[in-house]
Amino acid sequence: MRRDVFQAIADPTRRAILTLIALHAMTPNAVAEHFDSSRQAVSKHIKILMECELLKQEQSGREIYYHFNPKKMKEVSDWLKPFQQMWEDRFSQLDRVLKNRKTKK
Amino acid sequence: MIKTIFEKDLTNKKMFISREFVGTVEEVWQAWTDSEILDQWWAPKPWKAITKKMDFREGGTWLYCMQGPEGERHWAKANYKKIKAPESLEVIDAFCDENGNENPDLPNMHWRTSFKPSTNGTIVEISITFASQEALEQIVEMGFQEGFTAAHENLDQYLEVNRGIGYKV
Repeated sequence: MRRDVFQAIADPTRRAILTLIALHAMTPNAVAEHFDSSRQAVSKHIKILMECELLKQEQSGREIYYHFNPKKMKEVSDWLKPFQQMWEDRFSQLDRVLKNRKTKK
Repeated sequence: MIKTIFEKDLTNKKMFISREFVGTVEEVWQAWTDSEILDQWWAPKPWKAITKKMDFREGGTWLYCMQGPEGERHWAKANYKKIKAPESLEVIDAFCDENGNENPDLPNMHWRTSFKPSTNGTIVEISITFASQEALEQIVEMGFQEGFTAAHENLDQYLEVNRGIGYKV
């Protein structure tokens, strides 16, 4: 199965997990404490986030810590940027059109 | 520069764009609904919008192309579903050939555009709904292909946009 970053962040629980781990690295137990859902459900979400590389895991002594991968997240925001840029270009052209029509009157 | 508000709701396959323009509601409405004026601004540079045919009424269409710097043409068609002058417009936007035959492989977009008077002019709000997540991705990927410049947005801004997602602390 293809692990899709956009599908991963479409889920509100996974977005919440990302926001938490973006603040600081956390153990799976620490993450689970923030949610009402079962530990099992949370670890399933973490697994999906790992598979699409939004999270990285690091061993520290006996504990596993999950780290946020900003590089992967940046890909997500870059992905929409051209669309946004297209609208900005379009709108500044419309500004000019409206301005020209005013001066012609 | 007037700020464009740009929001995305990936869960609901929606995009929301809002922007204020200097001009009366009637002037801005005309700019969105008169093909001669649309041709002057609808295509982002270096592309040019060229209208082949416009029939501005409910059930009517606007058939146009975006012409690139090499002369390549991408055809699109706006199907007008609801027109409430000068307040709101509902359009199904589709990709097609130069005769307006729609391409079933490319996703449609459902647009709702509204025009409201504001202190400095007119606020235009656009809400675009995609049939699926894949459709949304496909549209944006096409944006890449057509060579729109990608600037860099930093992570803080991204998280700023996506905050308020309500986790328990």
